[in-house]
Amino acid sequence: MTNSRTILICSGKGGVGKTTLTANLGIALAGQGARTVVLDADFGLRNLDLLLGLENRIVYTAQEVLAETCRLDQALVKHKQEPNLALLPAGNPRMLEWLKPEDMQTIAGMLSERFDYVLIDCPAGIEDGFKNAVAAAKEAIVITTPEVSAVRDADRVIGLLNTHGVSPVQLVLNRVRPKMMANQDMLAVDDVTDILALPLLGLVLEDEQVIVSTNRGEPLTLNGSASPAAKAYGNIASRLQGEDIPLMDPAKERRGIRARVRRLMQTKIF
Amino acid sequence: MTLRDLLDKILRRQPASATTARERLQLVLAHDRSDLSPETLDQMRREIFEVVAKYVDIDLEEGDVSLETEDRVTALVANLPIRRSMAASSNE
Ligand SMILES: Nc1ncnc2c1ncn2[C@@H]1O[C@H](COP(=O)(O)OP(=O)(O)OP(=O)(O)O)[C@@H](O)[C@H]1O
Ligand SMILES: [Mg+2]
Repeated sequence: MTNSRTILICSGKGGVGKTTLTANLGIALAGQGARTVVLDADFGLRNLDLLLGLENRIVYTAQEVLAETCRLDQALVKHKQEPNLALLPAGNPRMLEWLKPEDMQTIAGMLSERFDYVLIDCPAGIEDGFKNAVAAAKEAIVITTPEVSAVRDADRVIGLLNTHGVSPVQLVLNRVRPKMMANQDMLAVDDVTDILALPLLGLVLEDEQVIVSTNRGEPLTLNGSASPAAKAYGNIASRLQGEDIPLMDPAKERRGIRARVRRLMQTKIF
Repeated sequence: MTLRDLLDKILRRQPASATTARERLQLVLAHDRSDLSPETLDQMRREIFEVVAKYVDIDLEEGDVSLETEDRVTALVANLPIRRSMAASSNE
């Protein structure tokens, strides 16, 4: 497809929310009518199938597609409730021994012929797994949490994305806790965007429902949940599609007198 | 500076942890981005001082060579206050 978009979802640091974002964004984009495929590029520790509740429906994987022992459409797992979404599962971890950047380009190329969005769930780190995944990407979403180690690793990844000519690169800030930000015990949104110098695509609050939905294998965006994270993922999808939706303001998430005092304390006086 | 920073200063409290985080990140990223370790920077600082000291009398106490970052561009910034030019003094 000529205007198909191939977007890498990466972070550097592990466990900051790449797979959760990929699953929720995939469902949300598909729900908005876009033909979407999520590609699990984390061959070592695959999880995307589990978050989408598709783990029991995998027959073939990217491995068989590359080895040409099955056709692409045989390996694609269509989502039950969201037929616009498909998953291309990661193969056996032993694939890591022979997989090359060109292989990822081949797969992504095949997928972009059939889908409007190809979302690639990147493994953590900046080693071979990352290098393979980045070779297939045109755009990227870097996800981080407001913590020093995650931001530092995000910075490394942004540098590498620039070297590989990936553009545009946008930022998602995950696990935001408005109360801690108000107390200035968590890096502010502006701190992170200033330091990383990336446009902000979305903010996702720390939300227990994320864990509940993971337990069930049903992404929050699937059933129109009203939880803050569900809304955030939906907004990220809409912004990707070009809609102009204002960003959430963590300070406004907290009302009342104490929140107002805290905001006063943050007022710039010099 | 925010009101909270000011109060922290007056009351000699520890700065908010977010402020500390921001400052530590800015420093570590300047090093990461330029691929310069603090030791290498130190070495370079000493050598720059030596070279500059050949031409002008600089105030070593006040001088500083550091990395500063803005918008993902890192610059090496040298601030070397000159006492007076040696050439000028030899002409006296
Ligand atoms: N906004 C959120 N609120 C609460 N928990 C979250 C949020 N985002 C992610 N998590 C939790 O953080 C954990 C890691 O998330 P996830 O697996 O998506 O990260 P990852 O970046 O893909 O990790 P890895 O690097 O191991 O692939 C999970 O337990 C997930 O439920
Ligand atoms: Mg993951």
